[in-house]
Amino acid sequence: MTGQKQSKTDKTGIQLVGFSLAILLFPFFARQVSFFEHYVDVMVFVGINSLITMGLCLLMGYAGQISLGHASFFGLGAYISGVATTRYGMDPWVCVFLGVFVSAGVALVIGGPSLKLRGHYLAMATLAFCIIVTTVFNENVAITGGPDGLAFIPGISLFGYSLDSVTKYYYFVWGVVLAVLMVCLNVIRSRVGHALRSIHDSESAASSVGVNVAKYKVHVFVWSAVMASFAGSLYAHYLNFINPSSFNLFVSIKLLIMIVLGGMYSLWGGIVGAMLVTFLGYEWLHYFEDAEVVVYGLIVLVIIIFMPGGLASLPEKANRLWAERTDSSHQSVKPFVQ
Amino acid sequence: MEITLFGQIIQYAVTGITIGSIYAMVAIGFNTIYNVTEAINFAQGEFVMLGGLLMVFFRVGLQIPTVLSIPLTVLVVTVVGMLLNQLAIKPIRQPSVLSIVIATIGASFFIRGIAMMIWGKTPFDLPPFSGRNPIPFLGAVIQPQGLWVMGCLVVVVIVLTIFFDRTIMGKALRACAVNPNASSLVGINVRFMVLISFALSAAIGALGGIVITPISLMEYDRGAMLAVKGFSACVLGGIGNFPGAVTGGLLIGLIESFGAGLISSGYKDVFALLVLLAVLFVRPNGLFGNIEISKIKKF
Repeated sequence: MTGQKQSKTDKTGIQLVGFSLAILLFPFFARQVSFFEHYVDVMVFVGINSLITMGLCLLMGYAGQISLGHASFFGLGAYISGVATTRYGMDPWVCVFLGVFVSAGVALVIGGPSLKLRGHYLAMATLAFCIIVTTVFNENVAITGGPDGLAFIPGISLFGYSLDSVTKYYYFVWGVVLAVLMVCLNVIRSRVGHALRSIHDSESAASSVGVNVAKYKVHVFVWSAVMASFAGSLYAHYLNFINPSSFNLFVSIKLLIMIVLGGMYSLWGGIVGAMLVTFLGYEWLHYFEDAEVVVYGLIVLVIIIFMPGGLASLPEKANRLWAERTDSSHQSVKPFVQ
Repeated sequence: MEITLFGQIIQYAVTGITIGSIYAMVAIGFNTIYNVTEAINFAQGEFVMLGGLLMVFFRVGLQIPTVLSIPLTVLVVTVVGMLLNQLAIKPIRQPSVLSIVIATIGASFFIRGIAMMIWGKTPFDLPPFSGRNPIPFLGAVIQPQGLWVMGCLVVVVIVLTIFFDRTIMGKALRACAVNPNASSLVGINVRFMVLISFALSAAIGALGGIVITPISLMEYDRGAMLAVKGFSACVLGGIGNFPGAVTGGLLIGLIESFGAGLISSGYKDVFALLVLLAVLFVRPNGLFGNIEISKIKKF
């Protein structure tokens, strides 16, 4: 049993290295075939979405708190970056951290009372927050540009090195994603991770063994909001244009679909889900033209019906099936040996 | 005719109650399914949309008289509701509240897409059931169709009350709401009850769509916003609570109407939601919700 545990910890390391290598090499291979060239661009959005979904996995998969409001934190980051750079000429990096601080503050203020709510009531409260924020973006035309959006948001540079090409931005975004992934993987293995999982299973049981349920719930909510806001700033500086429809309730629902389809009980699920839904939305569904929404609905249904644990649960399932098969073959071999 | 302030307030109230009646009907549909499955059916708004568009198809397209096309529409949408359960909800291998909710979201995309392919993106009109001559009322005017909407809500409430109090099937549904495991022990077929709840809420949604279309027109993507509003109404009253759903729906409608009329139409959604948030922070289970009951719920 200890051996198994050992191999499991080793596997995370191997997975991480393998994944980093795949991310590192992807643009080289994508550039070979002109059909796949623009996939690097799509992968930038996958990375941005992954930052949000990893936070949501911690919040929903580990701590068991539903949120339909994360598109708003994404939007807060994007709009603070957008407004502060275009209207006040502030430095992009100052704006990124300004967005992070504001979002953390907002998450702290609404997280306290909201997270006392349970289940559908919490979903409703976060949904309400999302609609309110979108309305504010839409109605304050003088500041946010209203429904027409905000254009000419400057790009961002790293240590004086301008991230002016798709590939440069790709490496920047995925570098951030990998760093955050490593931090999150460590968090869920620590005491904090165990505490979060105990909250997911039963809040009363968790508090009876001394877990400060309210504190942990607010902390993970603020952390996931910070990640969403950071992702929002990266989005604004990459696309140079934002409008309210990128941050409305339907984006929140899309984020929810990402983590459910990917599998919210592991951080990898968040990344896989972000990849699937982003590619579907930006690329693959366009082939269906008018039937786009129909096919999207069907894909969601098929995955939820046949893979309730999400795509990330597949390798584990395959392992189990394989193990059962080899086990049974051993058993069938036995009589001959005897 | 000069409009006095009093008349204006009456006017806002009438508009609010009309639209609130639709929200209440959507909320009642949510409750019907929630009570048996503990999940929120986000395709509820699509039932309303389908009700409206099918009614237009039967009434305007095929020229079938109103008296016949209403039951026909309700029947078709009810079948859609039952299909939704059989094809999307029942096959889920490990049903959890969240997987059912996501399945209904997926189904709502599917239904919306099909509706767009059939009817296109243009809104459709339906002739009002009893003319367009406004009725003067205390210095305000009421559209006759508005009375139909309110009447429809009243009928739905009365019929449902009788159904849940006086019939075996209604009582079985209520038993499932209290405890599905115990109900199956006394011989209630819970899976069948889930099917019935989907049929019932589809029928209620279709009725809502039929009566509101002559006032607000109907197009393929109206369902999502209606679902959000109905969900707000449902939560405001306390999920699973029928008097709560009606109160919640009417309140949301009234707040929206007065907020839009007196303060700002751009922020009309915000007023209702701010009130809702304020209520939730004071009463975490809605106006009529019961904390004891919500503690034993899985979600």
